[in-house]
Amino acid sequence: MLTPPNNTFTLPITVYEPSKGWLSLNLREVWNYRELLFFLTWRDIKVRYAQAALGISWAILQPLLTMVIFSVIFGNLAKLPSDGIPYPVFSYVALLPWQLFAGALQRAGTSLVGNANLLTKVYFPRLVIPFSAVLAGLVDFSLGFLVLSGLMLYYQVQLTWTALWLPFFVLLALLTALAVGLWLSALNVQYRDVQHAIPFIVQAWMYASPVAYSAGLVPSGWMRVVYGLNPLAGVIQGFRWALLGAAPPDELMLISVIMVFLLLASGLYYFKRMEKTFADVV
Amino acid sequence: MMSNVAIKVENLSKVYTIGARREQYPTLRGALTSGFKQFMKLQAFRQIGNNSLKALDDVSFEVKHGDVLGIIGRNGAGKSTLLKLLSHITEPSQGRISLYGRVGSLLEVGTGFHPELTGRDNIYLNGAILGMRRAEIAKKFDEIVDFAEIDKLLDTPVKHYSSGMYVRLAFAVAAHMEPEILLIDEVLAVGDAEFQKKCLGKMGDVAQSGRTVLFVSHNMAAIERICNSAMILNKGKIVEVGNSVDQIIRSYLSNSISSEKPSWDNTGITFDSPYFSPIQLYLSDEQGNIKQSPIKNDDDDVWIRLIGNIERLDPALTIGFAIYAENHEMLFWSYQTDQAESLWPVLKIGTNELKCRLQPHLLNEGTYYVKLVGGLHNRAWIFAPSGNTPSFSFIVSGGLSNSPLWFSRRPGLLAPVLHWSLVTKN
Ligand SMILES: Nc1ncnc2c1ncn2[C@@H]1O[C@H](COP(=O)(O)OP(=O)(O)O)[C@@H](O)[C@H]1O
Repeated sequence: MLTPPNNTFTLPITVYEPSKGWLSLNLREVWNYRELLFFLTWRDIKVRYAQAALGISWAILQPLLTMVIFSVIFGNLAKLPSDGIPYPVFSYVALLPWQLFAGALQRAGTSLVGNANLLTKVYFPRLVIPFSAVLAGLVDFSLGFLVLSGLMLYYQVQLTWTALWLPFFVLLALLTALAVGLWLSALNVQYRDVQHAIPFIVQAWMYASPVAYSAGLVPSGWMRVVYGLNPLAGVIQGFRWALLGAAPPDELMLISVIMVFLLLASGLYYFKRMEKTFADVV
Repeated sequence: MMSNVAIKVENLSKVYTIGARREQYPTLRGALTSGFKQFMKLQAFRQIGNNSLKALDDVSFEVKHGDVLGIIGRNGAGKSTLLKLLSHITEPSQGRISLYGRVGSLLEVGTGFHPELTGRDNIYLNGAILGMRRAEIAKKFDEIVDFAEIDKLLDTPVKHYSSGMYVRLAFAVAAHMEPEILLIDEVLAVGDAEFQKKCLGKMGDVAQSGRTVLFVSHNMAAIERICNSAMILNKGKIVEVGNSVDQIIRSYLSNSISSEKPSWDNTGITFDSPYFSPIQLYLSDEQGNIKQSPIKNDDDDVWIRLIGNIERLDPALTIGFAIYAENHEMLFWSYQTDQAESLWPVLKIGTNELKCRLQPHLLNEGTYYVKLVGGLHNRAWIFAPSGNTPSFSFIVSGGLSNSPLWFSRRPGLLAPVLHWSLVTKN
């Protein structure tokens, strides 16, 4: 039953005032709300799998079907070079991180507006919302990964110690989605047409990433430097190297990593700056 | 000395930019095409521009530990804004709030409930959203289920719940938070009388246990029952605050007898419902002209007219109004679907204008509130008869009866003139 509050002398004191000056990230507070982060992620996943009757099979079929289409068009008809790897595995290995990224970006970009009722009725660190939107894609990813294992067995691809690098590239993909998602979600609160632009951004981004083709096609020199500005180029190159033994990461990867950090820092800054108006405007 | 204070609010103001919300969202395309310079100007304009609204204006007060403060005021007085500031949902424009203790807030029943998830899942989810730890929820789980009376449906998605069960569950979770300071906004207005009694009981317990409670309500009876102090807000300022609760309520009620137009007009608010979005709600004559308040009791040409826009037709739409007495006790509500199905008005996509006749000799003399209510039958509320749905008030005065013996107000909420006759036996 109800117990009286404990000694009033030890009660925590909170003060709210208009914020000014430099923003602090306050990641510690996000950490304090990790259970909420967990539950929101869990809600997204559970609802998605409960709603679609195909649920799990959809998560598996989507990259698989895309791979089949790619293999027919780019592998068989256009005969794109695939670094000496069977084209189906070659493209599937790229589709996995790509769909992880694209899904996370789409969900994160609309996450604040989609959770407007939460923002206006309870307090929690707002970063929790895009964080959970990004994390929710990991289940689909894991399922897709099982299929990949099957494919690799079938095509008899040998795993090497480089596979240990994989978590790093997954993290890089998630951080990229988060960084751009922070920008888009905060912008979308102010300008509602942003969400209509997101599918287009994702589509354009896919062509700019070596999903269907090999990053080796991009000539070295300044072209390659520009190409590396797309962190997904580094992620996919990394995936192919780690799992399939394709060309190892080069300067492209370095540029990608730097880019992710720039994007993330600016995304966090913009998000935190707009954060205090979310509840009033959304 | 400080230890006695639970909430201290100093010179608190909150300024909203009107139009930043609801009316029309600005587009990024618009912002970009109108040029970067324009854009910067717009931003500057937005911060200081004159289309801003002071929802709270230099408010200061203190609440002591164990106090239960009732906050009353008309719609738009700033009550919700005050609770939102205290619960850190939005930031003050000026001033300072100091809170001594953990704060829990219940500004809406069932925030974050997901219709596809089961009752069990929603308890955990909602608990986490309200800031409870997982272990804490697990400990209280049985109590919550008990309170909500849903043990049989615990593993059914809540979309299959009746609206009564839904609110009960939602309130149950929130009622089992144990913060030192609890902020509650108009949650009692939803649900049936039985439920309200239960909630009041629970809130009484909370108050008894020495917690500090801030309670916004239109329900004066509830305020009188559980609060030991009260505050009237009007246009963002404190009008009255103190410990003589019933005197404050009386002063509020006598001031709120309004000479305003008996109508509610949509001034650019969008309601997030494709099923019905109200444009106007008012008291009219049969032709649709606005009625002057006060009206006479025997006026037989009084209609309630409801104009609204429908984007998506749903056969389960029930839309209507509720009538409340001066003390905000509900008298009845009425939907367009109250008669036999063949008599229902046929709604269409686009603007619909509904009218409903209010019979003469029904209401007593006094002030009455008409409030929009509606929803999708057995599925969801669109306009729950709670806090902030469109409403207006009107006054009934005179015309009680043709009887020479009944010309002044009698006690009671209704004043029907009933038919009497002598039973003759042969
Ligand atoms: N997010 C917002 N943006 C702009 N105006 C708002 C916002 N929230 C509330 N307001 C305005 O502030 C005033 C006070 O509102 P509110 O605190 O909701 O009053 P109450 O709860 O007493 O009905 C109203 O005029 C309302 O229209």
